[in-house]
Amino acid sequence: MADTSPAPNEAARTVIVARGVRKHYGSIHAVDGVDLDVREGELFGLIGHNGAGKSTLFKMMLGLIPLSAGEIRIDGAPVGGAGGDFRAVRRKIGYLPENVVLYDNLTGLETLQFFARLKGVPPQGNAALLERVGLAHAARRRVREYSKGMRQRLGFAQALLGTPRILFLDEPTTGLDPEAIRGFYAILRQLKGEGVTMVITSHILAEIQERVDRLAIMAAGKVQATGTVQALREQMDLPLWFSVRVAAEDFEAVRAALGSLPVGAIEAREDHVAVQCPREAKMAVIAALAALGGKVRDLSVREPSLEDVFFGFSD
Amino acid sequence: MEFSQIAAIAGKEFWDRIRNRWVLAVALVFTAFALSIAYFGAAQQGTVGFRSIEVTIASLVSLVIYLIPLIALVLGFDAIVGERERGSLDLLLSMPITRVELLLGKYLGLAGALTFSTVAGFGLVGIVLSAQLDLNALFHYFGFMLSSVLLGCAFLSLAVMLSVFAADRTRASGLAIAMWFFFVLIFDLLLLGVLVVSAGQWGGETLPYLLLLNPADVFRILNIFSLEDVRTLYGLATVFPPALARPWLLGLVMAGWIVVPLAIAAWRFRLGANRA
Repeated sequence: MADTSPAPNEAARTVIVARGVRKHYGSIHAVDGVDLDVREGELFGLIGHNGAGKSTLFKMMLGLIPLSAGEIRIDGAPVGGAGGDFRAVRRKIGYLPENVVLYDNLTGLETLQFFARLKGVPPQGNAALLERVGLAHAARRRVREYSKGMRQRLGFAQALLGTPRILFLDEPTTGLDPEAIRGFYAILRQLKGEGVTMVITSHILAEIQERVDRLAIMAAGKVQATGTVQALREQMDLPLWFSVRVAAEDFEAVRAALGSLPVGAIEAREDHVAVQCPREAKMAVIAALAALGGKVRDLSVREPSLEDVFFGFSD
Repeated sequence: MEFSQIAAIAGKEFWDRIRNRWVLAVALVFTAFALSIAYFGAAQQGTVGFRSIEVTIASLVSLVIYLIPLIALVLGFDAIVGERERGSLDLLLSMPITRVELLLGKYLGLAGALTFSTVAGFGLVGIVLSAQLDLNALFHYFGFMLSSVLLGCAFLSLAVMLSVFAADRTRASGLAIAMWFFFVLIFDLLLLGVLVVSAGQWGGETLPYLLLLNPADVFRILNIFSLEDVRTLYGLATVFPPALARPWLLGLVMAGWIVVPLAIAAWRFRLGANRA
């Protein structure tokens, strides 16, 4: 539970605050006491298995479903309240639901016109928005003819209507090809530059680990850990793997050099030696290998992936 | 309550029905039926051609009383449950719009489409007939059109209500059909049954008032009681309490049939926000 993150922008304002948030459906505790702080201009990841409570938490942050207990504030205002703040808060928010469903009978442009009207946004910017997500060529085609990826882009364009200050993106890259995914994250970087706060869920951990500032790992309705990917790795204390390329006759020399260090497995593979070691021994291992001089032809270190970290926290 | 939000939803619903030619199709059905009833309604009696407006309206009433409730129920049964089942409701509700605004927008858009087809369909026939009608007859025909619109709006209100309550589209469509059977076919038989079984002992006096519990019957009374000839034709003048022959009162009852189901729907839909 501890927030172990020396985050990049510690001083930034907190835009989303969740305190003691619970959601119970009868005896099922979908969300079971979540505290969360998302800072302004941050790209915040929310990861977890299906059924971990991500979507429920998401919907509560959007004010779509009421909380059983606790409180969520967006930009200082409670969500879901019917008060005068409710519309003002909603106008600051963009939302891309998981597997977004739009209206088949409308064209791309008409779809944006409809949602722009609801958001109170002038329609002049709609064409440019379609251009931004790479749909300018399909602006006048009906959504019925759109591919899964195109629908997802249109859903994203919808979320960007009215230059929102906070974006909620639920599995936003589903159905996108690798090139489109790169384009999508390029837009997110631009938005980050503009100070937009983003909360994103994804089950493709490799995709998210390079890109988020901080993330929260959810399991069984609780946030198991929050922080930067690196901070979580350190907190989880998972071993690293060294891959040491040496000639076959030098395998034993490597084994001897590392023998006195607190390393884990040392395995001779085809053209390299794989060494597992705890994080605290990392620098000692590097020093020992450096002492071998020219025998070490190449060296690489593999940090535990977000997936390793994730399974460490959620199992 | 923000009118612009209601208008955005209503506008979409209305134009959807224009674009997929729903409005056109329904208007044509009304035109075709009204014309054939006006000109060929008496073919069985060996005469072809326009007879009187009273008889025409009476025949139209017995047709419309089946048709409009069915069309309205089919139009509105998936208004909310359809969005929910397709998965587009969450996105709509994440907009700066309240649930009541969404519901009202849906209703008004659909009611607009239904009203437009009714007025266009029957209006066209009215124009065709106008050469043969005097002012009084035109007035009656206008009354028939107005009450048809109200009948449609009442059943649409019921349809939207069940679209809020139903768990899924399949159940909503089943409920819509059940509702049509109940109000259009079963209700009158039920009243008749009560009358017969109790040998007129029970409900003789109150029975006419019980008809107000059915918007289809309100529609029938509205039209039949505005026509002197028809009243005598049906031999109803003696059975009916004069209190029920006041069009404004019946109009008020009809308005109730529009407002009350919609209010119940709004209450239930808002409750969903607090419980779901």
